[in-house]
Amino acid sequence: MRPEQQGIEVAVLVSVGRHPITGRARRADQDARGLEMALGLEHQLPGSRVSLLHAGPRSEEGEAALRGYLGMGLDTLTLLEQAEGSDAIPALAEHLAAAPPQLVITGARAERGEGSGLLPYALAERLGWPLVNGLAAVEKVENGVATLLQALPRGQRRRLKVRLPAIVSVDAAAPAARQSAFGPARRAELAATAVSAEPDRELAEWQLAPARKRPKRLKIVKAASARDRFKAAAAKAEGGSGQVLEGVSAEQGAEAILKLLNEEGVLR
Amino acid sequence: MSEIRRRDPRREWIARNRLHPEHASVLAEQGGAASEWLGPNGVIRKNPRAIGFIGPNGIKRIDRSGAQQGGHAAGAARQAAQDSRRQVEIPEPAFLVAVVPELSGGRLSGHDKDLLGLARRLADADPARPGAVLAVVFGEHKEDAFGEAGIDRLLHLPGDGYAGFAPEARLAALTAVERELAPRHWLLPDSPLGGADLGRRLALRLSERPATGVWHIEHDDQAPLGWRCTARGAAESLDIQRPLPRVALALAECAEPVDETRHAAEPVSLVETLPSAFSRIEDLGQVAVDPAGVALAEAEFIVSAGNGVKDWESFHHAAKVLGATEGASRVAVDDGFMARDRQVGATGTWVTARVYLAVGISGAIQHLQGIQTCDKVVAINLDPGCDMIKRADLAVIGDSAEILAALVAMVEQQRGGQRDAA
Repeated sequence: MRPEQQGIEVAVLVSVGRHPITGRARRADQDARGLEMALGLEHQLPGSRVSLLHAGPRSEEGEAALRGYLGMGLDTLTLLEQAEGSDAIPALAEHLAAAPPQLVITGARAERGEGSGLLPYALAERLGWPLVNGLAAVEKVENGVATLLQALPRGQRRRLKVRLPAIVSVDAAAPAARQSAFGPARRAELAATAVSAEPDRELAEWQLAPARKRPKRLKIVKAASARDRFKAAAAKAEGGSGQVLEGVSAEQGAEAILKLLNEEGVLR
Repeated sequence: MSEIRRRDPRREWIARNRLHPEHASVLAEQGGAASEWLGPNGVIRKNPRAIGFIGPNGIKRIDRSGAQQGGHAAGAARQAAQDSRRQVEIPEPAFLVAVVPELSGGRLSGHDKDLLGLARRLADADPARPGAVLAVVFGEHKEDAFGEAGIDRLLHLPGDGYAGFAPEARLAALTAVERELAPRHWLLPDSPLGGADLGRRLALRLSERPATGVWHIEHDDQAPLGWRCTARGAAESLDIQRPLPRVALALAECAEPVDETRHAAEPVSLVETLPSAFSRIEDLGQVAVDPAGVALAEAEFIVSAGNGVKDWESFHHAAKVLGATEGASRVAVDDGFMARDRQVGATGTWVTARVYLAVGISGAIQHLQGIQTCDKVVAINLDPGCDMIKRADLAVIGDSAEILAALVAMVEQQRGGQRDAA
């Protein structure tokens, strides 16, 4: 008989996002991908429970954005209500420590505020849980150990085994989020509880401004003679220190190429 | 009848079109690239590109006296002229600036070099009391120009424990560095593969609030460390100005890389032995992904085909065996052998591969622009004078089909040997 798979508790931390062009509140892209992954896990491991958690102030605009997550097929969202500009990490850590889920999924970084991507790391440090960043998929969960697929740059993937409970963060490599349905989002419940919060004094002291376009790096030519400067300005492919094998057999040539490929470690 | 000169405009056009598949055969029929010939109207035409030689200063010379001579002795002198960096030693540093480069592919990336430039700015701010730049390097590396990049002290931590995804072991090593050497600044690249993860872990372990996405720093006497930084926040939509904290994660192009000085890169070691940390994360290694599914712009290894490829079956087979993403030059795409989305170059995709294998590509300037950021370029070509050979780090002159077939056989043999051993 097939061993019965046990469901796990998954908490998804969601935030209020910001549309990159209009600047309006929306469901944050990475958080929505995290929720999509959690819902996929619920399907994969029957009996799993997904809960949504948000810490922050309650406003009309923010509520509409948070209901965007509920429209993906959940009944309730826990809102830890705080004053504007307060630190979300202590409240979240306290809430997670009180009823520890086995897996916490967050987006890699927020779309508003500091957006430093520190929250999952701060929670992992406080709770003492392992953390995996850049998750692409959860392959399986067995006996308190999860097998995960981590996304690397250049489209590569890495397989990891992590002992639960753990925190994972997702970025753009995770599966795209499903559409949010308006009716279920309206009917779902926002369960708000007020929590004590301390203001983030450091953030209040910083100067925030809309992002300036970064200066483009100029190509600075440091050449002694006019001829060198001209050559650098009219840059064409230049005879580098490359090795040229001429008049060799195909086998010798292939051997040299193979040696370089092995040195670079691109052959798998 | 025989006095009438017959012209074939199509063949003339082919002879002028270097990229045409029949170019070589038509040119050979006409007797090679002639320097002088009788034009259609009875006028002598001259091709100044077909004569002359490259002089000692790299300028083309045409010697009309008949005795042609050229020298290649200037190469060594030019090498010596380039080597004018000032040697800098810092025996008694006032403080340390620790940098943890990402070392993608075992070498300092452009991002790492920018970061080291930033570290040098922090270290050299006060010429009377210079600081030293300490680089912490994990695992094996292939870099031999640490000094040129601006590193004074090099802490190399070899060992398999740091290979792959081992944030806990790396973090334990960095906290040991903090205890023993107590650097004033910690700088890490804010890049997905290297510092973005490790830097945030380190900052929280040191109970610091790091600055992430730093792209600019300037002096500020009010700040605790004497600097203030500008960082990107809120999904690239916000600039945050704040005092520079001890731990900073910087973006690419945050400073100019070091190019005027050479530093000692003196090896240092830790006194305490590092405990082998118990890890709750186990790395099972990389997963094989379908190379055809990887976007061309971010593929790591590209095998690209051009006009010189005649046997397309064997080319596709070679790319499959090598596990490389396929690319193509404009000619191969125009001729219908490859899809348009595979085109590399100015009008196609600008690629960032670490290894770019160009098969039968002569190297038009638009194509060379597209492969500007590739680390290693390997060229297989019949023509030893083409631009791709000049750009390539390794060039093999010969028939591409034969060389690819030999390469495929060797790779299969190597893989087979490994499988037997395992």
